[in-house]
Amino acid sequence: MTVGSALIRRRFWTTRRRDQLTAYVFITPALLGSLAFVFVPLVLVVWYSLHEWNVLADTFTFVGAENYRKLADDPNVPAVLRATAFFSIGLVVLNLALALLLAVLLNQKLRGTTVFRVLFFSPVVVSLLAWTIVWGFLLQDNGGINGLLDTIGIDGPNWLRSGGTAMAAVVIVQVFKNVGLNMVLFLAALQGVPQDLYEAARTDGASPWTIFRRITLPLISPTVLLTSIITVVGSLQVFAQISVLTQGGPGTSTTVLVYYLYQQAFQFHAFGYGATLSVLLFLIVLALTVLQWQMRKRWVFHEH
Amino acid sequence: MRRLLSGIAVAALLGSLTACGGGDDAGSDGPITLRMTTWSANPAHVQLFDAIAAEYKATHPDVTVKFDALPIDNYTTTVTTQIAGGNAPDIAWILEGSAPDFVASGALEPLDDSIENVADLAPAATALWKQDGKLMAYPFSTSPFGVFVNTDLLKKAGVTLPAEWTWENVITAAGTVAAKTGKQGLVIRDFDYKDWTNLATVFRGWDAEAWTADGKTCGFDQQPMIDAMTFLHKAIFTGKALPAPGVAADFFAGESAMTIAQISRTSLLKEGGFGWTLVPLPAGPAGEYSVIGQGGLGVLKKGKHAAAAAEFVTFFTSPANSAKLAQFFPPPRQSQLDAATLAKANPLLKPDQLQNVVIDGIADGVVKPSHTGSAELNQAVRAGLDPLWKPGADIPGVLKGVCTAINPLLAK
Repeated sequence: MTVGSALIRRRFWTTRRRDQLTAYVFITPALLGSLAFVFVPLVLVVWYSLHEWNVLADTFTFVGAENYRKLADDPNVPAVLRATAFFSIGLVVLNLALALLLAVLLNQKLRGTTVFRVLFFSPVVVSLLAWTIVWGFLLQDNGGINGLLDTIGIDGPNWLRSGGTAMAAVVIVQVFKNVGLNMVLFLAALQGVPQDLYEAARTDGASPWTIFRRITLPLISPTVLLTSIITVVGSLQVFAQISVLTQGGPGTSTTVLVYYLYQQAFQFHAFGYGATLSVLLFLIVLALTVLQWQMRKRWVFHEH
Repeated sequence: MRRLLSGIAVAALLGSLTACGGGDDAGSDGPITLRMTTWSANPAHVQLFDAIAAEYKATHPDVTVKFDALPIDNYTTTVTTQIAGGNAPDIAWILEGSAPDFVASGALEPLDDSIENVADLAPAATALWKQDGKLMAYPFSTSPFGVFVNTDLLKKAGVTLPAEWTWENVITAAGTVAAKTGKQGLVIRDFDYKDWTNLATVFRGWDAEAWTADGKTCGFDQQPMIDAMTFLHKAIFTGKALPAPGVAADFFAGESAMTIAQISRTSLLKEGGFGWTLVPLPAGPAGEYSVIGQGGLGVLKKGKHAAAAAEFVTFFTSPANSAKLAQFFPPPRQSQLDAATLAKANPLLKPDQLQNVVIDGIADGVVKPSHTGSAELNQAVRAGLDPLWKPGADIPGVLKGVCTAINPLLAK
């Protein structure tokens, strides 16, 4: 090796280039994973939505925008979207409100708070299916919930069989399942709020509600944004709970969008139309996420 | 980067489309594993299947057969998804409801040349599984529904089996047992207010049909169906003879007086559990009748080893193995449909029970409702019937609504 070539090599491998290479090496696995499991399926789903694919008959025919026309004319879609919105709004409001309430209560320096934190968080690590199946038994007409109500003289409804209560029951089962996750995130955020701000506010004579509204809420608003995005996206993807508890019934009262697309694609063998419905779901999730991201400027602290 | 992305997308698409094309490497040498999907994970059934597969391996050392038990609730959906994902089973047990879809779609290999002594198969048993005169699946299980009765529970309630075995008398007896014992009366197994096709075991007693034989006209709004559903509704909400919606009860765990089920369920009866008997379905206003549930065994064209799978089906359905399988699954072979032969395979059932329920049932029985596009139809009927399952329902109105919902599907 001559002195000149060594100098050229040294010049090529500058610190900046080395850092860049290291960065690319680290992100490559994640990038490949995203390509294989996010971008490629996304492209394929759009491609499938332009086809009529009958698995049993082994036919795969290009139909252009036919599935999108079918989507526009499908008489079930308004009811499905209503059920989806009902579930999402119910879940997001109840989950976030309860998680915040629990986090504020369990943020006190009192004996036993650790036990309660563990209790409320433990459903998060339980298998979703096991959790839902057990709740299915509890919500039966002769199940544990109505048994408890009976002891205090209340004749409980047939939770999962009545159009008025089935969706509410599914929402509550899901709220209890995941409220612990948001609670932990809120707890972490609460513990990051500087104590001197509280002390100053108390010195100025602010009420607890004013302190919460003027100090706590603004300072944890980035976490509220994060949890609301996660919960909204998660609520739109609900499937197992519906499949186990109600199978979309009674009638179509709990047929949410993911369950409907599952029915179309996997039960009715209309994979092309199922793909079209999943494109619709993707667009709804994208729109809501972008909307929340844009709205952050109005209410998230540090984003003004 | 854009070029890289489109390259991967095209490669993945081509890969998935190639998978759609299926394949058959039956001609290739070397050991192969055949996968057969079933809906039963019952240990007694699995043990018998494994024994037959082991016997086959003794003469075909290169072939291993694995039985893949899928949950009954989503059985057909799971098989279809496996086909879509390029992982079609070699052999599939097909339920009667989806038989028209599988048979008409051309997804199955014809089996005429693979079944020993095809002429021995009862015409009533093969009707659902034929297309253009060719047998597309072997009617592996042709099982009439009967009524299992917990005689201990009846005795405890001071009720005797009605001498005149009619729906009126059976429901009265079931309601009395439920009231006196706190257990349930009659359970229509696997119905659970969702799988309405099991209600055929009741409404056929009124000569009611979900749709006409040609599959074109809805039968739910016809008078026989209105009468049958009115009777059933009264039995549930007035007589309390059936578990109400949302109430679970398992006959085989001793939780009900009676259940409508097939003889394959006999294996769920525990030795020394409780006294029981098996009797045919009660007579309805339209007289005596029988309803059959069927399971067909089909070789999927898109399986990896179609020829080897057909060979195994030949062995699995041979007269000798058919006689063994008769322990749980009544055979379609006419030569084996006599009480003496069936009694050898069914030590738990008496010859007269086998004669009354199974042999007479197959002779007179009609298969449960089936139709092309059955999953969508079943879903529409299920959703349409939901308003019926509460006290004070407008029965004719609900049933008319069912027809309104399914007429466009029947017209397809």
